[in-house]
Amino acid sequence: MPALWIFIAVLVLAVLGFVLGRQRALAMVDGDSRHLHSLPNYYGFHVGIWALVPALLVLAVWLIVQPMLIDTSVQSMIPDTSYATDGELSLVMSDVRRVADGLDLAVERGALTVEEAATLDTGATDVRALLGNVGVAIGSDVQPEVLEAAQAYRASTATGNMARTVIVLLLALAGLGWALRRTAPNFRARNSVEKATLGLLIAAASIAILTTLGIVLSLIFNTIEFFKLYPASEFFFGTTWAPSFGGGSELGILPLFWGTFYISLIALAVAVPIGLFAAVYLSEYAGPKVRAVAKPMLEVLAGIPTIVYGLFALVTVGPMLVNVFGNEGALGLGWMSGGTAVMTAGLVMGIMLIPFVSSLSDDIINSVPQAMRDGSLGLGATKSETLKQVVLPAALPGIVGAVLLAASRAIGETMIVVMGAGAAARLSLNPFEAMTTVTAKIVSQLTGDADFASPEALVAFALGMTLFVITLGLNIFALYIVRKYREQYE
Amino acid sequence: MTDATVQPGAEGRPVKSGSLLEQDARTKRRNAAEARFKFYGMAAVGIGVIFLILLLVSIVRNGVPAFTQTFVTVPIYLPEDKLDKSGVRDPDVMRKVTTFGYAPLLDDALVTKLEDNGIEMPFAKPSKLRDMVSSSAAAQVRDTVLANPDLIGQTVDFKLLASSRVDGYMKGRVTRESLARDKNLDAEHLDIVDQLHELGTLERSFNWAFIFGSDASESRPEQAGLGVSMVGSLFMMIVVLVLSLPIGVAASIYLEEFAPKNRWTDLIEVNISNLAAVPSIVFGILGLAVFIQFAHLPMSAPLVGGLVLTLMTLPTIIISTRASLKAVPPSIRDAALGVGASKMQSVFHHVLPLAMPGILTGTILGLAQALGETAPLLLIGMVGFIASNMPDGVAAGFLSPNSAMPAQIYEWAKRADPAYYERAWGGIIILLVFLMTMNIIAILLRRRFERRW
Repeated sequence: MPALWIFIAVLVLAVLGFVLGRQRALAMVDGDSRHLHSLPNYYGFHVGIWALVPALLVLAVWLIVQPMLIDTSVQSMIPDTSYATDGELSLVMSDVRRVADGLDLAVERGALTVEEAATLDTGATDVRALLGNVGVAIGSDVQPEVLEAAQAYRASTATGNMARTVIVLLLALAGLGWALRRTAPNFRARNSVEKATLGLLIAAASIAILTTLGIVLSLIFNTIEFFKLYPASEFFFGTTWAPSFGGGSELGILPLFWGTFYISLIALAVAVPIGLFAAVYLSEYAGPKVRAVAKPMLEVLAGIPTIVYGLFALVTVGPMLVNVFGNEGALGLGWMSGGTAVMTAGLVMGIMLIPFVSSLSDDIINSVPQAMRDGSLGLGATKSETLKQVVLPAALPGIVGAVLLAASRAIGETMIVVMGAGAAARLSLNPFEAMTTVTAKIVSQLTGDADFASPEALVAFALGMTLFVITLGLNIFALYIVRKYREQYE
Repeated sequence: MTDATVQPGAEGRPVKSGSLLEQDARTKRRNAAEARFKFYGMAAVGIGVIFLILLLVSIVRNGVPAFTQTFVTVPIYLPEDKLDKSGVRDPDVMRKVTTFGYAPLLDDALVTKLEDNGIEMPFAKPSKLRDMVSSSAAAQVRDTVLANPDLIGQTVDFKLLASSRVDGYMKGRVTRESLARDKNLDAEHLDIVDQLHELGTLERSFNWAFIFGSDASESRPEQAGLGVSMVGSLFMMIVVLVLSLPIGVAASIYLEEFAPKNRWTDLIEVNISNLAAVPSIVFGILGLAVFIQFAHLPMSAPLVGGLVLTLMTLPTIIISTRASLKAVPPSIRDAALGVGASKMQSVFHHVLPLAMPGILTGTILGLAQALGETAPLLLIGMVGFIASNMPDGVAAGFLSPNSAMPAQIYEWAKRADPAYYERAWGGIIILLVFLMTMNIIAILLRRRFERRW
């Protein structure tokens, strides 16, 4: 029975358990629910939970563990002679899986009978053509050992699935029966159900931790794989980025770092002054009418998806900059040869960050106590003097935190640099040249058809790890500063 | 000391006039600095607003043409001897005639059209005329004939898609000068186009296929539409909604109402605030490693996209849900506890319903953010895939490869053809309409149901 059907069957059992539990509790007190410890529904839920939860937990674990076990046992069947590296082994294994799936599909479509499928022989039948007929394409002719492994794979999967169905359903029934037996008028059903609910709530809250763990583990394992194939020192200190999928790539991160840093710098140079001045103006000078119009307009900029900014950079801003700074440009400088450049991406990213900086700074400026302003104004300072000499210095740590958060956003931004910054990794000071960033290279290394075992693909995980560590560090530091600062005035 | 008699100003300083009505130089300077500072602030707001307007103008100006398309209406004669030699009108037999068999019919029809209207035929080969219509035109005629075999032997009016160059000429994107470097179309074609346009044969009309149609191959921008990827986005959003709303609400309830102050809770809190700031591309890497490499879920499936976006939006939803739970006053909880409800009952029967409008608002905003997100989708293979077929069922909708709206827009932008740029901008208009609708719904919900305690 497929997992989905087992799931539905368990669900049906749980509903049945609810009805039975409720009825049984009511029947025990002759329908007078005042004699029950809890409301009748709680007895129903209690039985339902016992039918559902243990069975589903086992099902989930089974779904993860069974393929792993079968993979290891089948892998040991493949002779050492048919593969040289782990990468080839995984290719052979995926062939095995594909043949096994194909045979199942062939049986399902009626192209083979069950016995025929089990006694298939590579000498007698052209397995590849047979599977091709049912729509499963195999890269090369099927070797006898692959077919043998596939048969073993099918057999153990079939046994496993059978055992899974029986055990899960039995467990659901057992849970249902046990909970039903415990049902009694003085059984504290509400407490038991609430405990289970609390468990569910805790599990939901822990997903955040699981996600972080998933991110960290998937990055770490693949990064270690990468460093086995490529020396870490060359990765961190290499000054050339030249991946070639044929081998012999040079994968130094420094040019990518430089591109990321340069673009972020330009973005911050645009966003910080504009965002900060806008926040100061809106919180200290603007009347309620101006504020009511201008603030939402700036916030619209924050709600626009980054793909829109990317296209804006590629199609509008890039050519516009070429018209000004290009060879035939208005200034006749000839600094810029193509639309994709550090300047293009930085400028557009700066626009994107304006609302981010301004709303964060707005919060921070507003949290400076009014008494400080009043004191300064009372001494005869003008509004701008108060701002420059009292409010901003007081808000400075918070604003630094906001800028750091903006920097972490800029470093992690992907779509704008993929579309606006170009693809060439180079170390150059000219902001009108195309450069590339860590995020853009993660995308380009992982969207090709490369196999995940090559250093050219694995390098993306190392890049991701670096990116994750940097942004995490920046965020933690920034949040620490912001929080510290807030406490100061609370 | 005898300095006591020294007059003020004796050291050469000018005596202050002391008038409030007349500003001295220093006051003037300070006031000027004040005005300057205020001006900087106004300029900053102004620049921000100008950028917004520039962005919107460029979206609208570049994107609106994508919603219209040029069509050529031609009567095409469908001869029996070519399309159905057997004469039994059986679609299965007629299927043997490929689109190559239909192409000459188009040529004949176009030549006849020109002759009937007295337009000079500039080309030696009639097949050259076919460059004016989309390369999908023959397939369109074939599909119509196969769907309705009785049309054979008649002359039928077909509304054919014009090729992207002709369409670009009608929209002012392609000029005669730019055609000089383009071997897909000649200036002679444009003369014919002008004349046909005057006759009313060649017209721009609203292009429903752009909104509801499917993506097309790289050489046929005139045919490409956003419909299939919209369905992909819809399935992804279903996954995100179904997973992130219950999980987000459950997590927030625990953290806000039940969690004791201990290390574990602190760890969860720190985790959530950090996850909210992790770059979205990292979630793409997570999806690739965990869902595709480890769990062997299918590449490019909306289910995987939905799972990745769920993990990404969860922190947003948790943060907003906690804020709305916090906004429910403690007196409500106390009252429920006072009449004998358990803590769990007070939360689920009283606090949660009261916080629901705020939670829904936060969820809609989280969904809007997820709908526009592109970077993680690139890594799980939703780009480079031509979304040419609608999924044929609910299960296929979740599991078979598809694209999503922002991924499709990126894919079009990557094709580096002005006709596809136009479509990318058009796609952005559709995407922004969706986002705007979601935001307006969220604002209305907040206005209608928000309670001030």
